[in-house]
Amino acid sequence: MNDLLKMIMFDANTQWVLLGTVLLGVASGVLGSIALLRKQSLIGDAVAHAALPGICMAFLLTGEKSLLVLLLGATITGLLAAYCIQYIISSSIIKEDAAICLVLSVFFGFGIVLLTRVAQSSSGNKSGLNDFIFGQAASLVGNDVKLMAGAAAVLIFVTALIFKELKVLTFDPAFAKGLGLPTGFLNFLFLSLLVAAVVIGIQAVGVILMAALLITPAIAARYWTNSLSKMIVISGIFGAVSGMSGTFLSTLGQGLPTGPFIVVTATALFLISMLFAPERGLVTKWIKRMVNNKQLRNNKLLHSEKRSGYHEL
Amino acid sequence: MSYEAWILIVGSLAGITCGITGCFLILRKLSMLADAISHTVLLGIVLAFIVSQSMSGIYMLVGAAIVGLLTAVCVQMLHHAGIQEDASIGVVFTFLFAVGVILITMFADDVHLDVDHALMGEITFVPWDLVQWGFLPELPKAFLMLSTVLIINLVVIGFFYKELKLTSFDPQMAAAIGIPVLFIHYLLMGLVSITTVASFDSVGAILVVAMLIAPGASAYLLTDRLSIMLLLSALLGVAAAVIGYYLASWLDVSISGSMATINGIIFALVFFFSPTKGLISKKFSMKRLKVD
Repeated sequence: MNDLLKMIMFDANTQWVLLGTVLLGVASGVLGSIALLRKQSLIGDAVAHAALPGICMAFLLTGEKSLLVLLLGATITGLLAAYCIQYIISSSIIKEDAAICLVLSVFFGFGIVLLTRVAQSSSGNKSGLNDFIFGQAASLVGNDVKLMAGAAAVLIFVTALIFKELKVLTFDPAFAKGLGLPTGFLNFLFLSLLVAAVVIGIQAVGVILMAALLITPAIAARYWTNSLSKMIVISGIFGAVSGMSGTFLSTLGQGLPTGPFIVVTATALFLISMLFAPERGLVTKWIKRMVNNKQLRNNKLLHSEKRSGYHEL
Repeated sequence: MSYEAWILIVGSLAGITCGITGCFLILRKLSMLADAISHTVLLGIVLAFIVSQSMSGIYMLVGAAIVGLLTAVCVQMLHHAGIQEDASIGVVFTFLFAVGVILITMFADDVHLDVDHALMGEITFVPWDLVQWGFLPELPKAFLMLSTVLIINLVVIGFFYKELKLTSFDPQMAAAIGIPVLFIHYLLMGLVSITTVASFDSVGAILVVAMLIAPGASAYLLTDRLSIMLLLSALLGVAAAVIGYYLASWLDVSISGSMATINGIIFALVFFFSPTKGLISKKFSMKRLKVD
C-alpha cells in the first residue's frame, strides 16, 4: 500500500495515467447519460467493437504504432458502424437490436481478420494491438495519456457548450425541430462525440468493455435524481471514481487488465445506487413501504377502537 | 477424414445450429441478449474449470448454460426493477464478462483457456482435438458437441414449434390461450446458451454472435414465412462458413473472423438485392408507382 501511495505521489507517468482515466470516466459518464436517455447506449457497444478494424487498418496502412493515427482509424470505422446501424434500421424491416448486433459482430470479425493479417505483416509482431481488446492502462505512456486527457477535456467542454440543445433534442425532438434547431447536425455531432469518447477509452478499457463505461455510471446516476444536469454530474463522478479505482486495482498485481476492474467498480456503484438511493432505491422503497404499512395498521386499529367505543355509547 | 473436411463440417454445423436458433432471436427482438450471453458464457466456462479442474466438454456445457440463463434472468430482473432494457443488458453482460476476465487472469492463466482463444476460437485445431464417446470411433470434440446441440435444438424446436411461433409473433394472444410464455422464453435462452457454448469452443464468442444474427437477418429480408426463414437461415449459415473458410485459407487469416466477414457481406448483398425487400427493388417499385 505504501508503495502504491509512493507511486501515485511521485511517479509522473502514474499521475498521468490516473488523470487520463479520471477524465475519461467523466467524459464517458457525461455522454453516457445522454445516450442512455436517447436509448442509444448499445450503439456505444457496437462503436467500440467496430473500432478494432479501424485500428488495424490504420496500422497496416501507415506501418507505425502512433496512437493518433490508430485512433483516427478507429474513429472512422466507429462512425461508419454507427451510420450502418441507423441506415439499416431506417431502410429495412430489421429492428434496432438485430442491426446493432449484426454490425457489431461483423465489424469485429473483420477486425480480427485484419489483426491476424497484422500479425503476419513484415514488422512481425502484433505491436501491442492486442492490448486494445481488453485495455492496458499501465502500457500508456506520457504522450498517449496527454492526448487522451486532452481529448477527454475537449469532449467535456463541447458537451457543456451544446448541453441546452442536446437536452431539448433528447426529451422532445419534435419541439427541437419546431424551434428551428439543426436536429440532423446535432444528432451527427452527438454521435461523433460518443464515438470519440469510445475511441479514446479503448486503450485504457478495451473495446469489449468500453460500453460499460458509457452505460453503468449513467444508469447508476439515474437513481439519484430526476434532473438531467444533476444526473450528468453524478454520472461523471461515478465514471471518474470507477476509472480511478480500476487503475489502482490493476496495478496491484502483475499483468492484471485495467478494463475489467473499472467495470467491476462501476457495477458495484450501480448496485449500491439501485439498492440504497434515496427515494428510488429498492431497499429505501421497501423500508418506506414497511413504515407506511405500520402506520396504516395503527390507523386502522385506532379507527376500530373508536368505532367500538361509539357502539358502547 | 481430411483436415479440411473436418473444419468445413464443424463450421457448417455451427452455421446450421446458430442460424436456426438465431431466427427466433431476431423475431423476438432479443438479439442483444444473444450478444450478452455469448460474452457471459466465458464466465460459465471459467467457473466450470475452477470447480471441476478439468476442461471436459460436459462441465463447460453445464456451466455455460447456467451462466447463460443467469444472464437472461438478471436482465429480466433489472428490467422489472424499472431499468430500460438495453441498459440492463449492457450492465449485466459487461459485469459478468469482466468478472470472467479477472478470474481467468487470476486462476486459470496457464491452461489453454486464454481470452484470445475464447474470442476468436480455434477452429484450426478442431480436427486434432479428438475424444471417444461410447461405441463411436474417435471424433473431434467440437464435432460431437455441435451435433449433440444441433439434435437437441432440432428436437426442442420441432416439439415446441407452434408455441415458439405464436409467442414470437403474438405474445399476448399466446398468454391468453394459456401458453407458458415465460417458460418458452427461458427455454429459448437455454438453447441459445448451449448453442453458444458448443460453437464458442470452435469458432469463438464474436463469431457466434455473427452466426446467430446475420443469417437470420438475411433470411428475414428474403421471405415472410417462418419455416422458409429457418431453412434459408441454415443454408446461408453453411454458405458463409464454407466461403469464409476458403477465403481465410487463401488469404491466410483468422478463419472465424473471415466467416463473420462473409456473413456480413451476404447480409449486405441481400440488403441491396433482395427481390422483395431489398433496397433496389424497393426503389424500382416506388418508381413504378410514380409512373402509374
